[in-house]
Amino acid sequence: MSEGEPLIEARRLVKRFGDFVAVDGIDVAVRAGEVFGFLGPNGAGKSSAMRMIGCISPPSGGSLRILGLDPVADGPAIRARLGVCPQRDSLDDDLTVIENLTVYARYFGLPRKIVRQRAAELLEFVRLSERALDRVEPLSGGMKRRLTIARALVNEPDIVLLDEPTTGLDPQARHLVWERLFRLKQRGVTQVITTHYMDEAEQLCDRLVVMDHGRIVAEGAPRDLIERFSTREVVELRFGDSPLESVIAKLDGVGQRLERLPDRILVYAEDGDTAAAEVQRRRLVPTSVLVRRSSLEDVFLHLTGRTLVD
Amino acid sequence: MLTTLVLSRVAASAAARGQRSTAVAWRNVTAARHSAYWWVLVSGFVEPLLYLLSIGVGVGALVGGFTLADGTRVSYAAYVAPAMIAASAMNGAVAETTMNFFGKMKYMRLYDSVIATPVAPFEIALGELLWALLRGAMYSVAFLVIMTAAGLTTPLRALATLPATVLVGLAFGGIGMVLGTLMRSWQDFDYIAVGQVAMFLFSGTFAPAEGYSLVPRIILELTPLYHGVALIRGLTTWSFDWSILGHVGYLVGVAWLGLSIAARRTGRMLCP
Amino acid sequence: MTRPTAMALEYFLVSYRRTWRGTIFSAFVTPVLFLLAMGKTVGTYIDARGGLEVAYLDYIAPGVLASTGLQIGIFEGSFAVYSAFHWSRCYHAMRVSPLSPSNILGGHLSYAMLRVALSATGFVLVMTAFGSIHSATGVLALPVAVGVGASVTPLVFAYSAVISTEGLFAVLFRFVMVPMSLFAGVFFPVDAMPAPARVLAYLSPLWHGVELCRAATLATSTAWGVPVHAGYLLLWSVAGFLIARRVFVRKLTD
Repeated sequence: MSEGEPLIEARRLVKRFGDFVAVDGIDVAVRAGEVFGFLGPNGAGKSSAMRMIGCISPPSGGSLRILGLDPVADGPAIRARLGVCPQRDSLDDDLTVIENLTVYARYFGLPRKIVRQRAAELLEFVRLSERALDRVEPLSGGMKRRLTIARALVNEPDIVLLDEPTTGLDPQARHLVWERLFRLKQRGVTQVITTHYMDEAEQLCDRLVVMDHGRIVAEGAPRDLIERFSTREVVELRFGDSPLESVIAKLDGVGQRLERLPDRILVYAEDGDTAAAEVQRRRLVPTSVLVRRSSLEDVFLHLTGRTLVD
Repeated sequence: MLTTLVLSRVAASAAARGQRSTAVAWRNVTAARHSAYWWVLVSGFVEPLLYLLSIGVGVGALVGGFTLADGTRVSYAAYVAPAMIAASAMNGAVAETTMNFFGKMKYMRLYDSVIATPVAPFEIALGELLWALLRGAMYSVAFLVIMTAAGLTTPLRALATLPATVLVGLAFGGIGMVLGTLMRSWQDFDYIAVGQVAMFLFSGTFAPAEGYSLVPRIILELTPLYHGVALIRGLTTWSFDWSILGHVGYLVGVAWLGLSIAARRTGRMLCP
Repeated sequence: MTRPTAMALEYFLVSYRRTWRGTIFSAFVTPVLFLLAMGKTVGTYIDARGGLEVAYLDYIAPGVLASTGLQIGIFEGSFAVYSAFHWSRCYHAMRVSPLSPSNILGGHLSYAMLRVALSATGFVLVMTAFGSIHSATGVLALPVAVGVGASVTPLVFAYSAVISTEGLFAVLFRFVMVPMSLFAGVFFPVDAMPAPARVLAYLSPLWHGVELCRAATLATSTAWGVPVHAGYLLLWSVAGFLIARRVFVRKLTD
């Protein structure tokens, strides 16, 4: 593998389960040191893509190279250099916290002495040193996720795959996980993340692809995507119970673009305050007006006509 | 030159396979060190001993003894004891490769994280089997010590019997691994359990096979437990002829067949 | 049975409609196999020596019947109850309905007893076919088998409710059920055992059940008289139920 060649390179990658096409010909290239994201709603094909990259699910079509190797022929060799944090915590309830790391490390054939030392360091890193000898079951959701992340790092992987790393966690636990993943990025560890949270994608990813129905609908850095597919600001208008059809006709020409959602109208504009003033001027009386910066949610809405989390 | 290179690569990959399977077995050793599991381990040893006391000694007082094929006269306890070791090796290997394998896969989801490592699905199954054999061998050692102390066999015969018990475990482990990949739900274990009980009761365990009429006798002589019991009984009572090699060959064949079928099936099941 | 208890029972009966096939094996085929292997095969050698007054098959058949009652009761009170607390959590679902913990316990226990009665009936029919029932009093062996089930099942319910890992069932099966089945006079007379073991056999409810069943099918007398044996089984049933109820109320009340 030469310098600068992508660590992960997929061309027209396909995954089929019977008649169902989970991943429908995607092209992806992940470079060393970057944090790469798959953003999309549930069922978009992110996890299937992730399982193919993790070499536990053979591709049905297209080509895939990971670390310059072929996932079907060299599965064990590639997996030896990957760290995987699955969507569902799959920790071993029969073992203690530290045993979850030491037992797992043996699957990579690491010598016992190194295993012990590294397990202690990793528990320190995910702030679980005090719980080292406890059982896993009583740990909180956030602690379990951090332990799973530590487990994914036990072989000092070249690439870490994180499938929905903060789904199901409370806000405080999420921030702690994000902060640890940021530290990891600072150490230069390449990360691939799937998420259906736009804030998570914006926080963590250098570059991402937006997926929908197994296809990639957009690709770029979070800020670039927002600039390309959305305006700088958005005004969210709510009108209580009054039907939005009648309102939206009167908003024609306000901002650059309008989106109607079941409960509100979004006005896309470079300057949100100006657009909000224009709404007032047209004698419309919304029950609430919110001016905010555009997010990836708006990009997704624009590209697919749907929201990420329904 | 090329052959040495190829051979050394084959050896290296076999060593890596061995290391990874051992790592899977090691997980069970680690888990077993926690308290609640200890009772389960100890209880597995107690069961064959209870059968020996109840059927071998208690019912044995009513039966008297048996004359073996070569004319050796043995007490009923000495007749039943080797069968209890064989059955215990069967039960241990089958439980670990079917019920426990299924539970760890479907309910504890233990292997979801293991397949993400260099460990291949078949190595997981091998590791579980290795653990079952280890556990079974410990039970066998304990049981053989008791048999020796009770005068049901001699120390040297017991020593010769130990590898045979591992072979029985291996054969049933191979069968169990195939069955483990065929399970659909817990209900299927009822069928396996009945098969085990039927073998346990009729494979020449409690009474000589000669007592059966032709058809049942042929069926029971086809079961792997029959060969396991015959092999182990031959060794603990030290009454055997060349036919003992037939029992060994049969068990080796079953083990090999089971493992090769399981090797193909586990991969397809764990990595769809 | 009160109406709410009947409602709880109905739940378990409905779910049994989905799983009855597999239980035919464990509840019916297994005891019959035991009877054949020991009674017919090993029995041939025992009868040849003539150590017992009746054929060995007829000697063990009532014992296996009683121990079937014991085993089905224990099985129905083990994983099913543990699952209802921890896996399917159906007790918790019932708890938010008007059912009380006692209703839930009563309903599930009644179901377990029905399962025992069903298996015992099947086994009695097999015994009849083998000619192991020597007298019309043999029909009384059926309620006795249910009584054996009733004597241990409530305690097993309580055990399943308090343990924290299902691994402990192996302990129950191998340290309680198997020894009882093997040493409580099913396969050989308890007189043959040394005194301490004999005392343990007398303490076990199964021995009393075996005595009653054997007296019923062979039309003989029991060791200590019918009221003693029957009373002992009843004592275990009532005490077991009271303990199980305490445990269920504690476990299902926040």
